[in-house]
Amino acid sequence: MRNLRLIARLDVKMNWLIKGVQMEGWRKVGDPATYAKFYAENGADELLFIDVVASLYDRNNLKEMVEKVASQVFIPMTVGGGIRSVADVTNLLACGADKVALNTAATRDPSLITAISDRFGAQATVVSIEAIRGDSGGWQVMTDNGRNHTGRDVLQWAREAEDRGAGEIVLTTIHTEGLGGGYDLEIIEKVADLVAIPVVACGGLGTTAHLSELLQKTRASGAAIAQALHWEKLQLSDLRSTLSNENCFVRPI
Amino acid sequence: MNTKRCVVVDYKIGNVFSVMQALKHIGVNAELTGDLDLICNAERLILPGVGAFGRAADQLRALGIDEAISDFITSDRPFLGICVGMQLLMEKGLEFGEHKGLGYFNGTVEKIDLQNNNCQSLQVPVIGWNKVFEPVESRWEGTPFASVDSDNAFYFVHSFSVRPENENEICALARVGNGEVVSAIKRDNILGVQFHPERSSVGGLNFLKHFVEQ
Repeated sequence: MRNLRLIARLDVKMNWLIKGVQMEGWRKVGDPATYAKFYAENGADELLFIDVVASLYDRNNLKEMVEKVASQVFIPMTVGGGIRSVADVTNLLACGADKVALNTAATRDPSLITAISDRFGAQATVVSIEAIRGDSGGWQVMTDNGRNHTGRDVLQWAREAEDRGAGEIVLTTIHTEGLGGGYDLEIIEKVADLVAIPVVACGGLGTTAHLSELLQKTRASGAAIAQALHWEKLQLSDLRSTLSNENCFVRPI
Repeated sequence: MNTKRCVVVDYKIGNVFSVMQALKHIGVNAELTGDLDLICNAERLILPGVGAFGRAADQLRALGIDEAISDFITSDRPFLGICVGMQLLMEKGLEFGEHKGLGYFNGTVEKIDLQNNNCQSLQVPVIGWNKVFEPVESRWEGTPFASVDSDNAFYFVHSFSVRPENENEICALARVGNGEVVSAIKRDNILGVQFHPERSSVGGLNFLKHFVEQ
């Protein structure tokens, strides 16, 4: 039986849950802890928190929020945004994160992936890749919510992340993000076929049909969902029914 | 019920926050400690664990906690190992070379075999919720699993799994891809689970509650 995780993605800025379109034009949604609890109780398999401005301002201030959520929500949490060192990871895990998602700092210094994986295990080391479809074919790796080019190719970077000890990849395609028009299945399929570690698709789920497509056309291990849940276009129960219809395991709640 | 003496072993290896929070949530005032006397004298002991087998085993020995656990276990009081805390109960682990475990169960800890699993969609680490089942009838009697519904789900994240030599020590199994992995082992007062009850929502909290109340 196929097993695909439904992951509620919560982008956070200054203790607010926010949501943008193509990683721009952010709007306030509400209190992240309230939403996290609601999603956990309604069948989300995991939570993914990203501090969207952390690396821009060189800070990491999710600690308090992570602690608050972890004391009342008992499902796994991945936390990302502004993680630059082993010490940052120690802090986040100590206040209840189960995994950390690395992005900008890892693209600048890939040895950070190895350092974190050696210390805390591959299972705690997630590499978050922001991908954009290039003009001349191929996909490029971006950072800081699609603001900056890294000059890296998505497939090469995914392979390097795995080789360096990442236990999971969260792949966000910026050109589909926040639009609800479906995932970019082409790059998700390529990355999921390339690496042996789990790949989580992110950016674009708007209908249950998009989840079916992801299952049928790719080997993705997880589907991250943000705006469709935050703006209540879809309920987790809708997505869980889809999983069930596609012969996937669905956790009882 | 005196729940004050539930001790969670602190051996500076990783994330114990969620175990402590989960216990607190079910009304258990557990003590997180590496103190050898407190470990020996606990009424029930929980050994959590994440990361690599060898590092965790080395750390237990460096702190002398392996001896304290041994003293505790011979006293017949309830012991629960979680994830790597369960894997450490085996004779040896084959993660990054061969490492000696605590040896309470004969057998090894080995990488989940994708080749023999013959499953296209399976990726390692295996991350996600899965159902556990009883290998033979009445194996769950008198264990915290007795309260677990056949329609259950626990959260797993692992690349390695235990292979006990004695089939009677297999307490629960889970289907992974087209194969099965051991998700709990038990002998006498020693119980180990591969999944994370502290991250398995209501079902996981219930499991912990039954362990603490047994």
